[in-house]
Amino acid sequence: MLEIKGLKASVEGKEILKGIDLKVEAGQVHAIMGPNGSGKSTLASVLAGRDKFEVTGGSVTFEGRDLLAMSVEQRACEGLFLGFQYPVEIPGVSMASFMKMAVNQKRKYNGQEPVSAGEFLKMMRSKSAVVEIDSALTSRSVNEGFSGGEKKRNEIFQMAMLEPKLSILDETDSGLDIDALRVVATGVTKLKRPDNATIVITHYQRLLDYIVPDFVHVLYKGRIIHTGTKELALELESRGYDWLIKDYDNE
Amino acid sequence: MDEILEGRDPEYKYGFTSDLDMEYFPKGLSEETVRMISRRKGEPQWLLEFRLDAFRQWRDMAMPDWAHLNIPAIDFDDITYFAAPKKREGKSLDDIDPELLKTFDKLGIPLEEQKILSGVAVDAVIDSVSVKTTFRDELSKKGIIFCSFSEAVKEHPELVRKYMAKVVPPSDNYFAALNSAVFSDGSFCYIPPGVRCPMELSTYFRINAAGTGQFERTLIVADKGAYVSYLEGCTAPMRDENQLHAAIVEIIAEEDAEVKYSTVQNWYPGDKEGRGGVFNFVTKRGLCRGDRSKISWTQVETGSAITWKYPSCILKGDDSYGEFYSVAMTGNCQQADTGTKMIHIGKRSRSRIVSKGISAGRSQNSYRGMVRVMPSADGVRNFSQCDSLLIGSDCGAHTFPLIDAANSSAVIEHEATTSKIGEDQLFYCNQRGIPTEEAVGLIVNGYAREVLDKLPMEFAVEAQKLLAITLEGSVG
Repeated sequence: MLEIKGLKASVEGKEILKGIDLKVEAGQVHAIMGPNGSGKSTLASVLAGRDKFEVTGGSVTFEGRDLLAMSVEQRACEGLFLGFQYPVEIPGVSMASFMKMAVNQKRKYNGQEPVSAGEFLKMMRSKSAVVEIDSALTSRSVNEGFSGGEKKRNEIFQMAMLEPKLSILDETDSGLDIDALRVVATGVTKLKRPDNATIVITHYQRLLDYIVPDFVHVLYKGRIIHTGTKELALELESRGYDWLIKDYDNE
Repeated sequence: MDEILEGRDPEYKYGFTSDLDMEYFPKGLSEETVRMISRRKGEPQWLLEFRLDAFRQWRDMAMPDWAHLNIPAIDFDDITYFAAPKKREGKSLDDIDPELLKTFDKLGIPLEEQKILSGVAVDAVIDSVSVKTTFRDELSKKGIIFCSFSEAVKEHPELVRKYMAKVVPPSDNYFAALNSAVFSDGSFCYIPPGVRCPMELSTYFRINAAGTGQFERTLIVADKGAYVSYLEGCTAPMRDENQLHAAIVEIIAEEDAEVKYSTVQNWYPGDKEGRGGVFNFVTKRGLCRGDRSKISWTQVETGSAITWKYPSCILKGDDSYGEFYSVAMTGNCQQADTGTKMIHIGKRSRSRIVSKGISAGRSQNSYRGMVRVMPSADGVRNFSQCDSLLIGSDCGAHTFPLIDAANSSAVIEHEATTSKIGEDQLFYCNQRGIPTEEAVGLIVNGYAREVLDKLPMEFAVEAQKLLAITLEGSVG
């Protein structure tokens, strides 16, 4: 589904990603871990197409197509979803109208008619149940006055609504208490299907108690320095990153 | 984001001209012009005296220069002060030039009553005259008078004399004096005591003729315990020259009366280089004369090259209430200096001001407001909120609030914010599949929501579309 080869990216002349290789197949869950400043969020932003990062090398194909040649909204309509670490507030715009616009833009892209009001309402109800989100949230302005937990749940709710092929969840667990964490993780698990894939970017192992990854990658100084299975996450939890980093720094 | 800010001409769908058989007065402004207008309209002597007196005052006045506006010199002798379609007289629609009917149809204002779906009565004004006022008969059954200003002068001179120029006297300001001298038509509305007007009343102003100024006055009187909601819309063709619009709106609310006045102002704003467009110099003021009376102004200002207007409330009655809700959006080279005055005279009078400025392109957008509390006014409350939203880095937003309280019991609150549409917000929308242009529209509408919600439903939808269209000019 996604194939990243030698991806390099920089911001304001400073190279952050120094050659990333990663292959994600449909039905898989990948976890990307690593210490602060290793480039995890940059990778997510570059894949989503944020223009403040300049891609200086490598290639990314998504479903066989050149992802880097697409605009941000094109990538979204092709089925790439980014769960934000810091979801943005849009005052005065209700979640419902925001989502309706998003859903319809995607339908338009795919040559479909806009969703009917009734159909959309049904969709909102069923999807909000998946992420155990209070449906009153959908009549409030986008992320405005939401608690940290509500914002993160709201990201998963949007993911449920948009049914992406590939979801990249950027530190979705940061700032969550254990209940919220469980709800978010359960939501992600429920949304998993054989034809979609998820990349979970996280700092802690605890999210991976609920979302079981097929692969765990350790990102450090802009490179994936180690890849393992879910046991690697446990090992990182008990031993920290130092042993890996030391190996790498000594190389 | 810079590449999306390149100016291009906004789509202005009302920019067409109509080929009407017209009667014009020669250009130029003199006592003789004033006399000609009055004679042409068959006015009584008192009104001619009023006009001449206003004209003499105007001659001795100077253009106001205190606004944050760059106003090119206006040659008042290069303007036609009276232009009217020839075939318009007669009560029946058959007597009206079909081209005129077509014009209003195109503007979405059908004048055949059976075509109007919603309960809105319209007074349609083109250039210097009112063409048709709908639903008059139905309204008159309730004692409501809704007609053109000219008709009111003929049919209800006692009411016109009693109320006209009592809120905005000719001496008030330069443009009020000019209007008082040369006004050609407008709307008149009187709601008798205890009557709740069963439908929205509206005036639709259209400038069509080239080189012509539009000077109309509107007078709305809500007698004791009456209620009316009034709507105003305006458009003009796209022309390279500037056109002058100097109007007066006066509202009087007696005891327990309530008037809600909503405007969607969409005069032609000029092209992206700032060529052409309407100069909009308007004096709007309401007098809450009776106790517990209420006047509410809601305006969405998207058009005009220059906007100079401050819909205000004189809160004379005890426990009276004034409101001002405004969205002023400027793009390209537009300039707007708009706001309100709340003059508290009555005890426990209250006011609320919510102003949302949106600047894009190279435009300049100013909020100017005054809250004045007179010594007699005990227990006054005011709340003001003035927000500015900037799109791009070449535009300006300015706020000039003035608070003048001469009674220490007054509670006055003022809040202000300035924000920019953030890259973060746009990226968030883009990532959900929403392209930048739609995203900006969404964010702007959200920002203006509190004011748009105050508009009657159909107007709100129209206003929302207008904001999006105005943005098209500035956000490519």
